[in-house]
Amino acid sequence: MRLLQSTQMRRVLGLGPALGIIGFFMVVPIAIIIVFSFMKSNPYGGVNPEFSLEAYKQFLFERNLMDELVFNAAYLRIFGRSFLLAIGTTALCLLIGFPTAYYMSRQPARRKNLMVFLVTIPFWTNLLIRAYCWILLLRDTGIINNYLIKWGIIDEPLTMLYTNFAIFLGLVYTHIPFMVLPIYARVEKLDFNLLEAAHDLYASRQQLMRHVILPLAAPGIIAGSLLVFVPCLGDFIIPNLLGGGKHLMIGSLIQLQFGGSRNWPFGSAAALILMSFVLIAMMIYVWGPGRKMKPEGDA
Amino acid sequence: MKRIAVVMLCLLALLFSAGTAIAGGELFLYNWSDYTAPDLIKKFEKETGIKVTLDIYDSNETLLAKMKSGGGAYDIIVPTHNFVTILIEEGLIQKVNAAEFKGYENIVDAMKGPPWDPKNEYTIPWNYGSTSFCLNTGAYNPAEESMDTLFNPPAELQGKIGMFDSSEENTNLALVYKGYPQCNEDPAQMQEILDLLLAQKPHVKVYSSEGIHERLVSEDVMMSGCWNGSAMRARKANPNIKYMYPKEGILGWADNLAVPTGAKNRENAIKFLEFMLQPENAALQTNFSGYANAIRGSEAFLKEELKGAPELTVPEGIPVHFHPQCSETAIRLLDKVWTKVKQ
Repeated sequence: MRLLQSTQMRRVLGLGPALGIIGFFMVVPIAIIIVFSFMKSNPYGGVNPEFSLEAYKQFLFERNLMDELVFNAAYLRIFGRSFLLAIGTTALCLLIGFPTAYYMSRQPARRKNLMVFLVTIPFWTNLLIRAYCWILLLRDTGIINNYLIKWGIIDEPLTMLYTNFAIFLGLVYTHIPFMVLPIYARVEKLDFNLLEAAHDLYASRQQLMRHVILPLAAPGIIAGSLLVFVPCLGDFIIPNLLGGGKHLMIGSLIQLQFGGSRNWPFGSAAALILMSFVLIAMMIYVWGPGRKMKPEGDA
Repeated sequence: MKRIAVVMLCLLALLFSAGTAIAGGELFLYNWSDYTAPDLIKKFEKETGIKVTLDIYDSNETLLAKMKSGGGAYDIIVPTHNFVTILIEEGLIQKVNAAEFKGYENIVDAMKGPPWDPKNEYTIPWNYGSTSFCLNTGAYNPAEESMDTLFNPPAELQGKIGMFDSSEENTNLALVYKGYPQCNEDPAQMQEILDLLLAQKPHVKVYSSEGIHERLVSEDVMMSGCWNGSAMRARKANPNIKYMYPKEGILGWADNLAVPTGAKNRENAIKFLEFMLQPENAALQTNFSGYANAIRGSEAFLKEELKGAPELTVPEGIPVHFHPQCSETAIRLLDKVWTKVKQ
């Protein structure tokens, strides 16, 4: 009994700093955001401490010239765009990341480690610097266009920068390590006797993939997808730099409210709405198919 | 930056060591960072025997907050024009009646008695700059400089236009083009601005306020909203780039010298204001900051690369619209327009 108590004690003490940091640096700011979202905005920035639901109304409705509330899809469209971008990026990352991770896991140990190392190299350089490098590569007078013209493949520069292509390229490029690494970690531990067994039982390649490899890799795929989807949803640096900032993203919308628009309550409300979507995605992960897969994968 | 900081520190150290020998009193200057010419302070100290202490801030909001919590510790502050209005309204700066100063006549007419301080009761200009657009004259060279080129671009420029990524600057330029007042509260006029920006949008390649001069130099864009400072840097790298002075006017910003309410060394502060009205001294500041001053005759003392720079001198007859502090109604309308442009 005393031993148990002291273990509990130790657990509390050990967890204390982590819980303290999470509590203070996560719960307190979120609490401030929640409170701000129910207040009125101050025209010089900040909030006036009066209760108001204006911020949440503004998300769906606007006042027309007659001062009537009418439905306004602008913010929904911005959210929809960010979602499509995040889903598209996740799908592309999966499409490229899965074969990559599988290939990596099939290499001899030394090469494996080298490849994992190579995947992590981009993290050594700041995201902004890498995004600016893509600008140098993609722009009309950039490196790619210059060489294509020099080699006579094209006459006129291809417009690549400030297009949707550039946005997806940038997003996939920055997020793909988050997809490759969790899948790799999963596939690497895969018991290859199972594959042999499947072959022995006359499984075709497709069947092998569908019934053996994919279910075993599923937790890695789900973890990777979340790690790509969630940051993509809030990303606005890449869409702004490589996409030319022609459309607002959730992230830039929120940032705008705290800056030029001077509407902190609406910025807070938009941040909370975004956060609730992310929470839903997390809950699906925790209680959804991922959980069912786990015991199977651990077997 | 670092080097400047070191210079500043050395200067401060020098000030403290010299302090005992100086009997002319003290002056506490509160200015933006990297915005006070060290030579200027040295010259002022030498001429007046007043010991200057410099403290710095990074935004008007910081300045306002400091003033609200008791600004008496400083004798001179350097607010931007739209914050001058707030500081006057809140009673945070005091009257100095600059019109009676020796050298007041040196202020150029365009900057004399500005809207935020019509009789120069509270402030004199420090440095100012402008926002307009840059055009690569190799791509298109209009007979007349007009914002029409920016908002109804000719075929040569379509798809090669850069605009600011800011709700204020693009909308304010459009308001200047239409001849409507800034900080507009009229929904019908703002609807026209929205239509104008939406009609321009298909021809815009990029909305970004970063790397403007670099995009112009590399000719990724042939026309772009720009500030006079970045225009000058762009022209040095690519002589085709021209800072436009459209007949409709340009947008201006101006930083001003003001004396906080309750300043301990009012007399010394006024000495400094009068000192800054002398062309030679104003030029020292411009040489350091690279921004124009409003003192007639200072050109003669400018360093070679700034002399006659077209970006620094607004031609006669071009109106400069200073963006005032907007009401909440105006800010909300502006926000609606910008969200609709970019939705």
